[in-house]
Amino acid sequence: MNRILMSKNGPAVAGLILGVIAAFLVKFGNPGNMGFCVACFTRDIAGALGLHRAGIVQYLRPEIPGFILGAFASAMFFGEYRPRGGSSPMVRFGLGFFSMIGALVFLGCPWRAYLRLAGGDWNALAGIAGLVAGTSIGIAFLYRGFSLGAARPCPKWAGAVMPLIALAILALLFGKPLFGPEKTGPVFFSTTGPGSMHAPVWISMAAGLVVGFLAQRSRFCTVGALRDLIMLRDSHLFKGIVAFTFAAFVTNLALGQFKAGFAGQPVAHTMQLWNFLGMVLSGLAFTLAGGCPGRMLIMSGEGDSDAGVFFVGMLVAAAFAHNFSLASSGNGVGAFGIPATIIGLVFCLGVGTVFLNRID
Amino acid sequence: METTTIDARGLSCPQPVVETKRVLDKISGGRVEVLVDTVTSRENVLRFGANKGWKGSFEPEGAGFKVVLEK
Repeated sequence: MNRILMSKNGPAVAGLILGVIAAFLVKFGNPGNMGFCVACFTRDIAGALGLHRAGIVQYLRPEIPGFILGAFASAMFFGEYRPRGGSSPMVRFGLGFFSMIGALVFLGCPWRAYLRLAGGDWNALAGIAGLVAGTSIGIAFLYRGFSLGAARPCPKWAGAVMPLIALAILALLFGKPLFGPEKTGPVFFSTTGPGSMHAPVWISMAAGLVVGFLAQRSRFCTVGALRDLIMLRDSHLFKGIVAFTFAAFVTNLALGQFKAGFAGQPVAHTMQLWNFLGMVLSGLAFTLAGGCPGRMLIMSGEGDSDAGVFFVGMLVAAAFAHNFSLASSGNGVGAFGIPATIIGLVFCLGVGTVFLNRID
Repeated sequence: METTTIDARGLSCPQPVVETKRVLDKISGGRVEVLVDTVTSRENVLRFGANKGWKGSFEPEGAGFKVVLEK
């Protein structure tokens, strides 16, 4: 199995399994076309921790710590655990932050963009087009020598921070402690809306661990897929997202979850310009940082502190997105989603320009 | 045979490959050594080299690897 996953066809094999798992997670209770979504689930975790107060999107999604711990265990087992960090962490925090803003304007990370497509949500096409455009802008910077500088090896335990955070999230999920001022929090769980919809905890956790393992072995990456195809004419990662989308599509059909159209899609809106531009922002931020948010979680499990910082940026942005009305809803973009997207694009273009020369 | 060495340790994807590409695009043959720090980068550089018709091998070097491309 390891040999297959490490081969040229590894991402495609992993993609097939991931697509089936994602469709089944919806069947088991996750929100529509949201078998897993790094952006949405991180936003739910931010809400569950009380970092934002949007009552309908609060849940400690076990898939996220599952991804991290699955990748951590896999990296340990196969001798690929490499504690490292120090490549412009604050800039990476900013890239993580604005990638999340873009994702919450579109309503999904790249994984979910493909899952939305596989469920018949045609609004995803605008988002995927945006992802291609954003990745292409990122490639233009990479061609001109963009680099955030080299990461350096770190002490062994430095790479354990994200796996420990993952364990803490699981402890809060299972312990459900009540020690907030009104004996209500600090952990909140939605009783209505997307946050209340979830597969049984053990299924979600097992799925997260399996996905973390498969993605770690195969290097499955939805942004690397587009980048390597466009930049290097290397399609092996791209086959991964084709397989992922195809498997989710077929499984959705079999489970009666495929509903084609633009209007009335679950956790989606029809403002195509902002579906597009939201993902331009995310695609650019992901490309500058070196991978899609799923891949960032996997790398954080492998000991990459910079990827961990990127994730923390996403978590903080999720809180801001709801506290400052930046996130979209089924009705369309949030009150301040448009200026936030523009600020994010300016930030990312600035980062791309400023870091054109390698600094190490 | 002249050897070109690229230090790509610690660089994010896809920079190790971009740095390698930059060197391989300029020469028609020879020996290129690429220092990387992760298995992912090692595999990426080897795959890129193979796609361009370079024979690849690697050995452990410090905490990472030395990838050798020859043509």
